[in-house]
Order: sequence, then C-alpha cells, then structure tokens
Amino acid sequence: MSRYVLQRLALVIPTLFGASLAVFVLLRLLPGDIVDILFGGDPQVSQQTIDQIRESMGLNKPLIVQYIEWVGGLLQGDAGVSMRSGIPVSETIARSMPVTMQLAIMAIFFACVVAVPMGVLSAVRRNGASDLITRIVGLIGLSFPAFWLATMFLLISSTLFRWVPPLKWVAPWEDLGRNMQIMIVPALLLGLQPMAIIMRMTRASMLEVLRQDYIRTAYAKGLRDRLVLARHALQNAFIPVLTVIGVQFGALMGGSVIIEQIFSLPGVAFFLLSGIYNRDYPVVQSTVLFLSLIFILVNLAVDLLYGYVDPRIRYG
Amino acid sequence: MVSSSAAPEAAAPAAVSRRRRSPAFLRSLRRNPLGVAGLCIIALVALVAILAPVLSPHEPTAQVASRLEEPGPEYLLGTDEFGRDILSRVIYGSRISLYVGFVSVGLALLTGGALGMIAGYFGGRTDTLLMRLVDVLFAIPSLVLAIVIAGLLGPSLTNAMIAIGIVYAPIYARLVRGEVLAVRNHLYIESARATGVGHMGLIFRHILPNITAPLIVQTTLLLSTAILSEAALSFLGLGTQPPEPSWGTMLGSGRRYMELTPWVAIAPGIAIVITVLGFNLLGDGLRDALDPRLRGSE
Repeated sequence: MSRYVLQRLALVIPTLFGASLAVFVLLRLLPGDIVDILFGGDPQVSQQTIDQIRESMGLNKPLIVQYIEWVGGLLQGDAGVSMRSGIPVSETIARSMPVTMQLAIMAIFFACVVAVPMGVLSAVRRNGASDLITRIVGLIGLSFPAFWLATMFLLISSTLFRWVPPLKWVAPWEDLGRNMQIMIVPALLLGLQPMAIIMRMTRASMLEVLRQDYIRTAYAKGLRDRLVLARHALQNAFIPVLTVIGVQFGALMGGSVIIEQIFSLPGVAFFLLSGIYNRDYPVVQSTVLFLSLIFILVNLAVDLLYGYVDPRIRYG
Repeated sequence: MVSSSAAPEAAAPAAVSRRRRSPAFLRSLRRNPLGVAGLCIIALVALVAILAPVLSPHEPTAQVASRLEEPGPEYLLGTDEFGRDILSRVIYGSRISLYVGFVSVGLALLTGGALGMIAGYFGGRTDTLLMRLVDVLFAIPSLVLAIVIAGLLGPSLTNAMIAIGIVYAPIYARLVRGEVLAVRNHLYIESARATGVGHMGLIFRHILPNITAPLIVQTTLLLSTAILSEAALSFLGLGTQPPEPSWGTMLGSGRRYMELTPWVAIAPGIAIVITVLGFNLLGDGLRDALDPRLRGSE
C-alpha cells in the first residue's frame, strides 16, 4: 500500500509541471498582451514608451526566462504580481479561493449525499418508482444549465418573495449562519449537474455489479440483503463512482465561475475573468495552476481511496 | 436509359449489406421509447433550424418594436431590450446551438480521435508521450480551460467553438486509444496485416469500423455538453457576440432586465433545456442499444 501511495504521489509533480507549461505556453501563444490591451491603437503613446513598459513588466525577456522566473517564484510561494493592479497574486488567491472552494465542496457534498443512495436504491429496485424518479432527476440535472436555474431562482425569489441574496459575503468562521444563508442556494444549484452524473454512474455501476456471480453466491449463502448490498455490491460498485466524483469536482470549479458571477460571490471568477480580459499573465496562469493543483490533489485522493476500497489495488 | 436501370441494381447490394449490419442496434433503439423521443426532439430542433427563415415572424437581429414589449399576439414571446422579437431570436438561436455543437465536437473528434488512434496503434514511446499530454490537459478543469482559451482568443462564436473543441479533444484521445488497444491484437487485424494491408488500410478499413459504437455514444452525449458550454461561454460574454441570437447570449443580456421583464430570460433557457435533453435521451438510448452487455439485461 505504501508503495502505491508513493507511486501516486510521484505522479503529481510531473503532471503539475506539465500543467504549468501548458498554461504558460497557451497564454503566450494567443495574440495580444496587457500592453496591447492598455495602449493598443492609442496614437498618443509612442512605440518607445510601449517598449519601456514591456521591459518594466518583464515581457520582453525570453519566454524560457519568464517561465523559469514564474515557476521559481511559485516554488518559493510567490505567485507573481498582477500587472494591472500591482497586488500580489497570492494575496488575491488567498482571499478568493476559500469562497470558490467552499462552494465546490458544499456542492460536491450535496451531490454525493443525494446521488449515491438514490443511485443504489434505483439499481436495487430496478424499474420501480424510485428508479423512475432517479432517472428523471438524472436527466433533468444533466439538461438544465445551472446558470439558467440560478437566474430563474433569483427571478422568483426577488419578484415573489422580495428576497435577494445578501450583498456582502461573510466567511463561515465569522458567522456560519449568515454564510450558509449566502452559500446554500448557489451550492445546491452548482451541485445539481454533478449529482445527476454521479447518480447515473452509481445506478449503472450497481446494476453491473448486482449481475455478478459473487452476488448470487452471497445471497445463496443466506446473507441478509443489507449485508450483501453494503459489503459485496456497494464496495465493488463504488470504484467507478469515485472516479466520477473526482472528475466532477474539477467540473465544479469551472461551473462555480459562472455561479459566482450570477450571485456576485467574491470567489476566483471575477478575478480570473478580469485577468483574462486584461491579459494579466501572472493572475491567469497562477490562478489556473492553483485550480489545477486542487483538481490534481482531489484526483490523488480518489486514487488513494481506490486502494482503500479495492483490495486488488492494495495488495497489487 | 441504360444507366437508370443499372442504378437500382448497384444500390441494392449496398442496402442489403447495410441492413445486415445494423438491425440489432436499430431494433434495440426502436424499443427504447426515451431514445426515440430524444431523436424526435433533435429532429424537431433541426427542422426549426433549417426552416428558421420561414418560421420566424420577424428578422432576428432587426429592431421591430419598442423595447421590452410584453408577449402578445404580434410578438408571441415579447421583445428584448433592443426591441427585437424574442421568438424569432430563439428560432434562429437553434442554428447557432446546433452549429456550435457539431463543429466543436467534430473538431474534438478529428483531433482527439487522430491522436488517440496514433497513440493506440503505434504504441511505445509515441503512446507514452501523447498520453502524458492528454493527462496534462485533463489536469486543468475543462470549463476553466475553455474560459481561458475563449477569453484570450477574443470573444466570438468561432473562438468559442475552438475552445470547446480543444477542451473535448483529450476525451476522444483517451477513448479511441483504449478502444484501439482492445482491438489491435485481434486475429482479424493480424490476418489483415499478414495479407499486406498498410497502416492506413488497417486503421481506416479494419480498426475504425470496429470502434465506432462507443464513439457514436460519446459524440451524442458530448453534443449536449458542448451546447451547454457554448451557452455558458456566451452567457459570460465570451462566446457568440450580439446581435447574433445565441441562447446563452440572450440569457446573459436578458438577465439584467429580468425583474421587469422575465420573458426575456425564460424562453432561451427552455430552448437550451429541450435541445440538451434531446441529445441526452438519444445518447442514453444509443448507449443501451449499442452496448451488448446492457442489451442482454433489458
């Protein structure tokens, strides 16, 4: 098991390195930098001034130097400074990331808590009423865009109930009650699509497992239904479900960009989008890399859980 | 005269061979009412897209009335903040959604599929290198990546399609590689190789036809997420630009007037839901029909 853990851990670094390279190259390949955005097409600004600004921002250095400086800084905990505002990127990430993370964690929690039991129930009582409900909810969750539901929610709550979400965000450690008031609806809406996907996966995976011979053997041995389901079926069915949960967490971070915009939450969305508009390289590349890091770590955790759930991996 | 009488004869064997290959899955799909419903929904949306100029009562991008007019007999779904007819815009929006779906998923299928084919077929170091690249792309949350690419390329319909295509390409790369690995060492591939069939012949004549089933299912389901992604990008202002009538753009701009004029934001959302639901239903139906393991269990 410890070798397995080490192997997985060792994979994180090259993947992260690759992701950093991919993001860096992508940003430089695409046309226009911050100086173009700020002064492009302005006849009052001479080419000389533009060159000077580029130089002061380090944009005229060879790309390889820029990359090494960025990664070198990251290794020392320095994510660079916003070209636009001059604020250190790590400061902004530290301020906005908790919001995004709380949203994502609450959403995935909600998704799992509903999806796994419903998926299991629907597979066990196949073609029954609960199965029908699960399949309908699954299709609705897949087909309704969260941003539209969010818009509709705000519409209904503001016109019918004269309720608008509080404008000022409060951290959970300051006032949990108020924080929940703000976060619960966005998290539920954000969790709807992953819930549908996880539920469908649980159902499919359970159906597959329930057909296996060892389940019949377990029943034939006279084990009680609950024991067969919990020990024999669910544990084996859970592996693909875990994979999907890991992947969905990544999808949530993208989805939360949109939900944050709609509910005006001070997460990474605003920061990332304005960084993109302004070609603010340090902001965009460090934020995207940080989101990737979290995604990679979540998938690492999923990999390690495989080893816990599946003895073939533990002893393999 | 001679050629016209020869044509049916030439066509007949082809029709027979096609009929011989597909009945199992088509019959299976026909038995699946939800899959058929999905197909009908998509056919309907496609019909609306094709007949848009005939169906829509007004020009989708022209100002035809005063702004934000309530739904009524003249403007069934009301007008938007520029006095454009919302019904006409929703009708024309189907063109953009289907277009984005097919082009972006096609782009992903071609590039990702080609990479996956190369990786799976040639194996070895090529495989390792390509799959590491895919791993890296998978490590970046996909919608975040799409937002970054679309934002940096500059907001436009084409760039949104490119961004969605790039983000989905690794999905196909992984899928195709896995499928190729599964069939690569089958006896029929080996015997084809033994008879002197080249790489291209093996790939296109022998491997590709045997891995189409999972590709069809994946494509149908990705079409629905691609349409959602375009709507999301446009909603953020990173996709289709006004005055073009994209459902996502309509939602994004309608949101600001929503409390006064809710109809601006309702119709495009329902259009998205219906279209995406159609592709999801069809995708599910196709998967049940094409997956022999599931077929036996019904």
